[in-house]
Amino acid sequence: MGLQIIKPDTKIDFIGLRKFAFILSAIIILAGVASLLIKGGPKYGIDFAGGMIVQVKIDKTTDVEMVKDAVRGVELPGLVVQTLGLDGDHEYLIRTSSSNITSEDVRSRVTTALSDNLDGAHFEIQRLEMVGPKVGADLRTKALEALFYAVLLIAVYISGRFEQRWTIAGVMAAALGFGVYGIGLLGLEMGWLIIAALIITVALCWYLKLNYALGAVAALIHDVIITIGIFSILGKEFDLTIIAALLTIIGYSLNDTIIVFDRIRENNNARKGNTTFAAVINTAVNQTLSRTIMTSVTTLLVVFCLFVLGGSVIHDFALALLIGVGVGTYSSVFVASPILLGFGPSAQETSEA
Amino acid sequence: MQSLRWRAIAALVVLVLGLAYMLPSIPGVKDSAIGKILPGDSVNLGLDLKGGINLTLGVDMDTAMDNNLARLGDDLKAVARDKEIFVLRPNVLNESQIEVVLLKSEQKDAFEDVINKYTQFAIENTHLMDGGKEKYVLTISPQYRKDIEKLTMEQAIKTIRNRIDQFGVAEPDIRRQQDNRIQVQLPGLQDPERAIKIIGQTAHLEFKMVDDAADVAKAQQGILAPGRELAVLLKKLPNGQYAESPIVLKRDAVLTGEYVTDAKVQLDNWNSPYVAITFNARGGAIFTNLTTENVNKRMAIVLDGKVYSAPVIQERISGGRASITGQFNREEARDLAVVLRAGSLPAPVEILEQRSVGPSLGQESIDNGVMSAFIGMAMVLGFMVIYYSFAGLVADIVLCLNIMLILAGLAAFGATLTLPGIAGIILTIGMAVDANVIIFERIREELRRGLSASQAVAEGYGRATLTILDANVTTVIAAVILYQFGTGPVRGFAVTLTLGIITSMFTAIFVSRILFELYLKSRSDSAKLSI
Repeated sequence: MGLQIIKPDTKIDFIGLRKFAFILSAIIILAGVASLLIKGGPKYGIDFAGGMIVQVKIDKTTDVEMVKDAVRGVELPGLVVQTLGLDGDHEYLIRTSSSNITSEDVRSRVTTALSDNLDGAHFEIQRLEMVGPKVGADLRTKALEALFYAVLLIAVYISGRFEQRWTIAGVMAAALGFGVYGIGLLGLEMGWLIIAALIITVALCWYLKLNYALGAVAALIHDVIITIGIFSILGKEFDLTIIAALLTIIGYSLNDTIIVFDRIRENNNARKGNTTFAAVINTAVNQTLSRTIMTSVTTLLVVFCLFVLGGSVIHDFALALLIGVGVGTYSSVFVASPILLGFGPSAQETSEA
Repeated sequence: MQSLRWRAIAALVVLVLGLAYMLPSIPGVKDSAIGKILPGDSVNLGLDLKGGINLTLGVDMDTAMDNNLARLGDDLKAVARDKEIFVLRPNVLNESQIEVVLLKSEQKDAFEDVINKYTQFAIENTHLMDGGKEKYVLTISPQYRKDIEKLTMEQAIKTIRNRIDQFGVAEPDIRRQQDNRIQVQLPGLQDPERAIKIIGQTAHLEFKMVDDAADVAKAQQGILAPGRELAVLLKKLPNGQYAESPIVLKRDAVLTGEYVTDAKVQLDNWNSPYVAITFNARGGAIFTNLTTENVNKRMAIVLDGKVYSAPVIQERISGGRASITGQFNREEARDLAVVLRAGSLPAPVEILEQRSVGPSLGQESIDNGVMSAFIGMAMVLGFMVIYYSFAGLVADIVLCLNIMLILAGLAAFGATLTLPGIAGIILTIGMAVDANVIIFERIREELRRGLSASQAVAEGYGRATLTILDANVTTVIAAVILYQFGTGPVRGFAVTLTLGIITSMFTAIFVSRILFELYLKSRSDSAKLSI
């Protein structure tokens, strides 16, 4: 017989704890949003902002100040030097906001500056990336669209599977999808468009009483906002791989939420007598708790390995996953289920009961 | 139990196929004896793993359109002249219109006949001018515009491919993207800057006559005689930099790079390299005429708007050969020859995005990725056995099979493994046990309710399967969208994630159940199950 961390008859009153959870979530979200506001929006990496990065590895003990001094004379706009990876690696990222200069020019200027000012240390340019402003804006728009359509399709799937309301959900999605596409043609700033569309999606789910979808979508928006907020607080940059991480977080968070919801639905259908819906949810969350924790632990174990050992390029990606998987696990228990309780299982099922 | 046997056979077939597709990716296997009988190739590594450059080029379609319209206008003028209808040189108004002035309005009918019969132009409007001239505004149809765009893109891609082939890069990947963009991937390239220079150069070669009578100082103030233009003459200094000096040219090119059939690097008497070009028959004839008529005059060799040299024509040159001297070093001369041989780009290209990864960083990324995958996997394997004992072992076996199937899938579909792709596999390792965890927790619940082992297993798999499906479909949705909207490395991540989810459902639901049933069957007291 294997181990058991969670006793089979655990009866934690998760629903009773929801106020604390909401306050906690609210604090973290507000901190993140405040950080975003203070810093004037997310800090975009070159994928989205355009510009150029040069990654150098120096095989001699150096620190970031030495490298900064060495490239000080290089006349490039918005020059920033960052350490990359672990201290012993001596890897640095030299960044400029300009993409008007040719990459050849940047490469040669950096090479000259480093070989002149670093006492003949041997170094290697490992990576050079240039993204023009046009492409940067494109990538940003596409990334936002991706996040939006993912949420929309998922809302449809959940409403269909859990409440057999494919048609309503489908019509909602089609209308929103065309709407966003249509307004997009007018050339409105995509970011605001998507935020508006997400708010409308949540409102529509609420109005149409697509409550499972509402709970799941609210939970995943919660997770994404928290991850973005923490990234902003930590001063990390947003690039394409972070978008990949965010979408993975969406997938993971939903995965978790759906397994809990599935059990809620199963228990609700078998509900007898005067059990309250809150009690049904509590039982379901407790029954799946063991699985929730097990999966989080194994996933966090490997993501943590990626974070520590994965190397400089993938470090921030792993960090995003680490935060996201943690928050996603928390939200399926403490955010999604209470929201479901707040709005009832769904109009249809209540009338049947 | 009949069905168990068939399921076991089906699982075995899939696994053996998976093994066959996965093995070539293990270093050393492909070249060994066993590698010969295995299908397919090893997993493709993305540029971020093997090093190389990835370029996104934007084709300047506006300029291409202008050039095209100008050429169509010249054709029109030529056709009209053959019919003794005289028009002034057409002007390009915008990307779909040109303006032509007909000198004698009484030739109106004949001219309009020429337009309708021999060109793709339609008459937008006409306007009578002083002195019996008639001004025409001509336009091309949107469809024809699209055709030109398509042709321009095709020609640009062809030219770039030619140049890269001459440069000698193994397995380049060049493809058209939306919005008039071209993606170029060059794996394992050591000298990215030179490649970029060669790819990006328009290489529009023209020969123009120098107007030595013109006043350069006046020209610099913008006072130019009609049909003249101010250009820049490059002169190479001993330090390798170029000095620029102004020069006045006659605007119409007397000969262009279109007629070049070959370009080679040769050495002159002082051992400095120059580019020798050979014209085709038509070009050769034009060149012979030209040099005959213009002895003692200067002819400028103009490449992409810059004058490389402007030698005095000493005598008639026949035989269709010319040379471009410009005090190049050998490498520059070679690169110039490459672009001239491959032909000019139909329009200037702009480098919109460039990512180059050195081979050492690529190797480091692979090492780090593989290392973290192994350690993460070992931890999960250990954890599962400790937590679920025998059942944990089953989960571990199917997890290993799962990784094998992901690699096999990548190889079989010819997908590219990128760094985020490795991250996707690592994430899959963590999430792949999820299905088994759901099932095992169910089985435990059923056992607690007092069911026998085989009943509990059947019940656990039965009830958990739909839940697992629901949970995984949403992740697949996210992954598909990632693929749809993502580029390069993000797509790689989406592919591995999708593959990982599909294979993990197969292994965790289908294969693990077979293992359980085989185990229970082999034991006489099937009442006990170690979970």
